[in-house]
Amino acid sequence: MTTATANKVKAPKKGFKLDRQMIPTLAAVVIFLLMIIMGQALFGTYIRLGFISSLFIDHAYLIILAVAMTLPILTGGIDLSVGAIVAITAVVGLKLANAGVPAVLVMVIMLLIGAVFGLLAGTLIEEFNMQPFIATLSTMFLARGIASIISTDSLTFPDNNNFAFIANEIKIIDNPKISNDLSFNVGVIIALVVVVYGYIFLHHTRTGRTIYAIGGSRSSAELMGLPVKRTQYTIYLTSAILAALASIVYTANIGSAKNTVGVGWELDAVASVVIGGTIITGGFGYVLGSVLGALVRSILDPLTSDFGVPAEWTTIVVGLMILVFVVLQRAVMAVGEKK
Amino acid sequence: MAEKAKEEGNALVKKLLGNNLTWSIVAFILLVVICTIFQHDFLALSWNTNTGGLAGPLITMLQESARYLMIATGMTLVISTAGIDLSVGSVMAVAGAAAMQSLSNGVNVWVAILIALLVGLVIGCVNGALVSLLGLQPFITTLIMMLAGRGIAKVITSGENTDASAVAGNEPLKWIANGFILGIPANFVIAVVIVILVGLLCRKTAMGMMIEAVGINQEASRMTGIKPKKILFLVYAVSGFLAAIAGLFATASVMRVDVVKTGQDLEMYAILAVVIGGTSLLGGKFSLAGSAVGAVIIAMIRKTIITLGINAEATPAFFAVVVIVICVMQAPKIHNLGAAMKRKRALKAQAKAVAA
Amino acid sequence: MTDKTPIVVMKGITIEFPGVKALDGVDLTLYPGEVHALMGENGAGKSTMIKALTGVYKIDAGSITVEGKPQSFNGTLDAQNAGIATVYQEVNLCTNLSVGENVMLGHEKRGPFGIDWKKTHEAAKTYLAQMGLESIDPHTPLSSISIAMQQLVAIARAMVINAKVLILDEPTSSLDANEVQDLFKIMRKVRDSGVAILFVSHFLDQIYEITDRLTILRNGKFIKEVMTKDTPRDELIGMMIGKSAAELSQIGAKKSRREIEPGEKPLVEVKGLGKKGTINPVDLDIYKGEVVGFAGLLGSGRTELGRLLFGADKPDSGTYEFNGKKVNISDPYTALKNKIAYSTENRRDEGIIGDLTVRQNMLIALQATRGMFNPIPKKEADAIVDKYMEELNVRPRDPDRPIKNLSGGNQQKVLIGRWLATHPELLILDEPTRGIDIGAKAEIQQVVLDLAAKGMGVVFISSELEEVVRLSDDIEVLKDRHKIAEIENGDTVSQATIVETIANTNVNGKEA
Repeated sequence: MTTATANKVKAPKKGFKLDRQMIPTLAAVVIFLLMIIMGQALFGTYIRLGFISSLFIDHAYLIILAVAMTLPILTGGIDLSVGAIVAITAVVGLKLANAGVPAVLVMVIMLLIGAVFGLLAGTLIEEFNMQPFIATLSTMFLARGIASIISTDSLTFPDNNNFAFIANEIKIIDNPKISNDLSFNVGVIIALVVVVYGYIFLHHTRTGRTIYAIGGSRSSAELMGLPVKRTQYTIYLTSAILAALASIVYTANIGSAKNTVGVGWELDAVASVVIGGTIITGGFGYVLGSVLGALVRSILDPLTSDFGVPAEWTTIVVGLMILVFVVLQRAVMAVGEKK
Repeated sequence: MAEKAKEEGNALVKKLLGNNLTWSIVAFILLVVICTIFQHDFLALSWNTNTGGLAGPLITMLQESARYLMIATGMTLVISTAGIDLSVGSVMAVAGAAAMQSLSNGVNVWVAILIALLVGLVIGCVNGALVSLLGLQPFITTLIMMLAGRGIAKVITSGENTDASAVAGNEPLKWIANGFILGIPANFVIAVVIVILVGLLCRKTAMGMMIEAVGINQEASRMTGIKPKKILFLVYAVSGFLAAIAGLFATASVMRVDVVKTGQDLEMYAILAVVIGGTSLLGGKFSLAGSAVGAVIIAMIRKTIITLGINAEATPAFFAVVVIVICVMQAPKIHNLGAAMKRKRALKAQAKAVAA
Repeated sequence: MTDKTPIVVMKGITIEFPGVKALDGVDLTLYPGEVHALMGENGAGKSTMIKALTGVYKIDAGSITVEGKPQSFNGTLDAQNAGIATVYQEVNLCTNLSVGENVMLGHEKRGPFGIDWKKTHEAAKTYLAQMGLESIDPHTPLSSISIAMQQLVAIARAMVINAKVLILDEPTSSLDANEVQDLFKIMRKVRDSGVAILFVSHFLDQIYEITDRLTILRNGKFIKEVMTKDTPRDELIGMMIGKSAAELSQIGAKKSRREIEPGEKPLVEVKGLGKKGTINPVDLDIYKGEVVGFAGLLGSGRTELGRLLFGADKPDSGTYEFNGKKVNISDPYTALKNKIAYSTENRRDEGIIGDLTVRQNMLIALQATRGMFNPIPKKEADAIVDKYMEELNVRPRDPDRPIKNLSGGNQQKVLIGRWLATHPELLILDEPTRGIDIGAKAEIQQVVLDLAAKGMGVVFISSELEEVVRLSDDIEVLKDRHKIAEIENGDTVSQATIVETIANTNVNGKEA
């Protein structure tokens, strides 16, 4: 009885078909490779194991933040508070560590503080209809303001703190030339765990699928009976807690922090996510893309300094990169709509 | 007759109570009272013969409010179109940097002012073009500009905090920030005049209505023959230009630009002023008078924080709390709560009546 | 059939919005294995009733019982858990996800490592096969299949949650005849499996073809529940509008066509006007004082052609002469400048500017043509607003009220006033009588005739053929994005003429 329908349905042809949503991500891959090749060709240090090791070790925090930022952006929202949460958790963490509180307890408290801000943002967005960027802009100012009230000094860890284990480098390949050592630290492991967690969360849990559904159409997701509200809370809670985790990794690595740490990091995270192919209006995107974006963002610093570009240009370059990718996304979507 | 007058009076009271402006003014007076309690001569005004103007805590407050008036006015128009301009603080830094750097390079003071205003206008136009022509989301566009703007300011001054206080012939700019007109701070007078001009432009021509129309329903506006792209471009351009004036006020008072701190966090102040003024962050109807009062309240809050001896670093946290509280109060949920309670009561009364 | 136990019993449902009772003590009973239609004019309360049953709105009074259990829904999830699934007109699925994901969303099969995608897609395939979509790969993006198929996907989704009640809210309004038949096949299959289907449609033929039982609503009140087969059409229409069918056709049927003088130049002369993917090139003449009707089904291109004439969409082919002059109508502003106005079919999204006042809404188009910095003098503005509020009988007569607080019919009148204020020579009215009450409908129809009598060229677009036939001098018939015929109105022309034309002519203008 259903042959009439069946005949009309044309199954789309299988085979190699480039999904247009992949274009920005592919562009990011190309850019990343070009940057590495250019760096190697001109300065000869970019494919050394040491360079790659330090790229990951120094930017583990950014990878974590990029994963964190992917969640709200996938729903068409944003979390502008991640940088400020890094600041407040860092300041509180260092104060507590200096007061002799055990490291594990300090870390738990830092994560809890992140959770509180995430919960606040979620409540403002879901219960009081605030737009995500206004809500998280408010929590950003709140967090940074409180951090500044607590301390405006540069704080350092006391000796023999138990944070150091995160930063201690573990060498896999011990070359006579230090620049060819392949090494990593616990911070990198944490970042990789976060990436794997993000991947499983988004692609293999119902909550993760709900995130994509909200990004496609929130009202549809609601009418389909998906737990939209609960998912939104989960998103902002997760991104804030991951920001606190990034703070732990970063402060352990640097060994000190100030209330001004993390200024502008929300933009680095947004840049990573957008460069990695997640559409700023939500619905499409990948965690692994964001990791790639974070690497592109990370490699920008050594590249500009090797080129002798003054540091003040970096922000302009990052801004332009976000802009170019957002425009590219618009173009890709517009072409898709025309079809 | 008397009853009718009373009824009318009640209606007037109700209208006043429902008006945002009333509450803003009440809040302002409350802040003044608090300050006066902590510092008894808070309201005192004296004549400073050196500057040729009034002096006192309230006067310095007004001086500071001038820059907020500027960015709040631009922000009001942008928010009315359902957009946002997060770059105002950075534009202030860029304009300030342009003025100070030009001055120290020996450019005539009036030309330096012109350059600063032009730079602000250009950045506003870039924002406007990206939002209107490319259709990018306002918050992401202006967020990028907020980031890149700081970079541009640093590039202009080569990363220095350029100081032009020693440059000869900078008096006109100094006067703008620190001078007095009939005893009242010049920058405040200029700011108020500009707000009034923008207000007249909006309400005496059709500009205000068209901005609101685009903010309420962009497609319907297009169908009436309005060109929404033109309107969007216009509001971001105006916002950039006014932010440049704010940047001049902020830097000229010390004749020095701080590429990190000039205009820092001020996008939040502007948003807050607009929200206090009763313009919804979702766009639509706007009130410039409300935003102007909001801007003065913000200066007053800052003054209160200083008067009470609270750490100035706490300001952003404090403002964040105010924004959160106001947005929560404006939330439909809170409004519905009241309406739902009324409705339930009515239904109960009805049920009772039926039962009886 | 009445001896069956009902699945859903809704009794005395009352829902109030600030100022209005949207539903006032409405009953609805759904039986398993039956298709039940909710009937009523726009504004009768059909969609409010559906939203009460699906948990979108909370009810203020009354009771909902599902399978004998009293229910109090706190959101759509509750309703779904009780076995109620809904497919909306604008298909509420996520176009960014694949077909299979949409079917299974929230019910994905899980393995030891979270969602097992292989099993999930296999399950999706089974459910799709039940809908006759066995040839669709669950990995296909939803956005790449037709609306009709998306609707079937949505029904497949209802099967996943094992729905006992399936609500179909105007599912057929954007489907062609074949697609409707495919949908009906599936509906019968689902019905026969013991599911109760609640069906809403404006097409009477479809109601009589597929439904067993009808519940009629009017102005938020329950009128009657009847068996479809025992209810003649005119009786049903009578119950829906509260008048007998004879009373309906009171408004002066068009007496005679406006005669075109020999050698008279048309007001509008377009040749080959079209836009790829929207409407194929059309030739069209419109004379002064003439009402030209655009007839055709939804999606036939009738609205699209109106939008092209107004420049709401940019044409990519053809020439356009207006008053004998070649014009390039590329946007609404240019159209208005050339004295062409267009009233949209989509009043809420493209018509009213909700928070602005009636006065501002009426003046805004005229203001836009004058330019932002050339305000209309207050006296002139007052005169315009007074004039059209009076002439069009806008109620309440308060120009300072936000337009969103007016009823649909009065909003429509304000919008017509908006366009008249620009003194158009060509006025395009797209569905001006949709979703408004009978009284306002008759008033607007009269306005159309008056305007043409004063020499204005009027394009009248409506899905109600009866209305088109009654008001038009010439009728342009559209089908599948082509103009297929031009019918000179006269005594021999009736709705049937147009229906036959649509059915029997193919898009090349030849007999099928």
